[in-house]
Amino acid sequence: MNTFTLGLVVILYMLLIAYLGYIGYRRTKTTKDYLLAGRDSHPFIMAMSYGATFISTSAIVGFGGMAGKFGMGLIWLVFLNIFIGIFIAFVFFGRITRRVGLNLDAHTFPEFLGNRFQSKSIQIISGLIIFIAMPLYAAVVLIGGARFIESIFQIDFTLALIFFTLIMSAYVIAGGLKGVMYTDAAQGTIMFVCLLFLLIFSYFKLGGFSAAHQALTNMANLVPADLAAQGHLGWTAFPKINSAWWWILVTNIILGVGIGVLAQPQLVVRFMTVRSSRELNRAVMTGGIFIFVSTGFVYTVGALTNVWFYETSGKLALDAVGGNVDKIIPEFINQAMPAWFIYLFMIALLSAGMSTLSSQFHTMGSAIGRDVIEKIFPKTGLNTMMIARLGIVFGVLISLLIGYKLPMGIIARGTAIFFGICAATFLPAYIASLYWKRVTRSAVLWSIISGMVTSAFALGFLHKSESLPLGICKALFGKDFLIDKFPWMIIDPLILALPVSVFVLIVVTFVTRPPEKEFLDKCFK
Amino acid sequence: LGITDPWIITAYVLCILSALACIVYGLMNWNKGVGDETSQIEEEVKW
Repeated sequence: MNTFTLGLVVILYMLLIAYLGYIGYRRTKTTKDYLLAGRDSHPFIMAMSYGATFISTSAIVGFGGMAGKFGMGLIWLVFLNIFIGIFIAFVFFGRITRRVGLNLDAHTFPEFLGNRFQSKSIQIISGLIIFIAMPLYAAVVLIGGARFIESIFQIDFTLALIFFTLIMSAYVIAGGLKGVMYTDAAQGTIMFVCLLFLLIFSYFKLGGFSAAHQALTNMANLVPADLAAQGHLGWTAFPKINSAWWWILVTNIILGVGIGVLAQPQLVVRFMTVRSSRELNRAVMTGGIFIFVSTGFVYTVGALTNVWFYETSGKLALDAVGGNVDKIIPEFINQAMPAWFIYLFMIALLSAGMSTLSSQFHTMGSAIGRDVIEKIFPKTGLNTMMIARLGIVFGVLISLLIGYKLPMGIIARGTAIFFGICAATFLPAYIASLYWKRVTRSAVLWSIISGMVTSAFALGFLHKSESLPLGICKALFGKDFLIDKFPWMIIDPLILALPVSVFVLIVVTFVTRPPEKEFLDKCFK
Repeated sequence: LGITDPWIITAYVLCILSALACIVYGLMNWNKGVGDETSQIEEEVKW
């Protein structure tokens, strides 16, 4: 592969992104422009921005690699991504969120919840939770992009990480959500074309559609003994029900992201950026097709990499890349695809990372700026845009530090943790804010707090994957996790925290006074 | 298809049906939803 040619392609791509970021900057005059893209986005731009923000390097590299390890069971996540992440989200949440958000003049997700329940505390606490939890998600997406830049350009990981971050920060800080959404739409289009080619090329390399699947099915007897003992039945089969492998796949990988998408602050805001409900109706089609191609195709290819690696090196995909699940897709592309496609894939991967990160940086900045600092210190003398820009800089620095310290193979898990925390913390409150008029301010506040606290407790003391490296449980109780009875140590914290959050919401609602009818009429008129 | 596991086949079928549902919904409601424009609602809220 020619580094000069690749460098030229990357520079051309960066110029395109810089141009779109500049247009966003020129068209950003007010707080509404900076935080909500002026509330007049085109449906194609809105849908592609939603999809490209949702699908990051984490989905392509992290979850694509997970498909190489777990097999086609991840296609259940694709179903949830399309059905819940697009259809349910747009049809049952999008229109009403836009309407209520507009009636209450909300510019961010925490402000939406805060205004809906007339509570400054809800807005501040939600903003703080987002600002504290989101850098982990941003850091794993950063790692995905930086690792690929490192391996392609043969430069130091730290340098790749800083280079990647600086480029994005520039257009997010300057262009606000308009800059983010314009670049997202271009990046989403590049990703769509690239992943379409990836599936076609992969089947071509492996002898066709049925032959590739059959070859993968025939490899079931090659599942390592330790994984087979845990319930792994092959890469074209779902794990044995109630086995350890099944619990890990279903709760840790599929459910967290599959359900958590509904309560992602950076995605909910997208519903408030369009001119009318018609734009949301039109965006459903674009979004559905985009997610089908971007996740469905890459997870299928992820599983099929086992066939290619086995035929060329006699090893399974995970063994061929030294056990780092995050290297399966990049290595497969590097070894199996033609040089020109590697250039295209490099750009697609940069696009996937940048489109998600730009929204994360924007959300972190607006959370700490508009939802926390501006609410606690209303008389700073700075305008919202300036405070949000400072918030973005602060969020970027924290993400960089975390990205530098995180271990290998963390991309998919880090994403699932963040999606799970969002689901347990915000989802009951968000659904109730739209569909349950009886719900009260106190109930929502305590639901958010209980969801967050239960998630943190489960991550620190119950879930083996996190409690073991964190070491808090070991230090306090002398053992790695509190309940050593199967399957509690491998069940995702979401399975515990979401019911707790729902329970608290319902109980507190019925012991507190209902909201005033006059205010509810204003919200839903 | 080279795949025989009913769980995996069901997942692929549901993916295709969901994507089709998005396409059909988008086309059927292509021109619906006009009348709640941002500027209109903002004007109402202001008044």
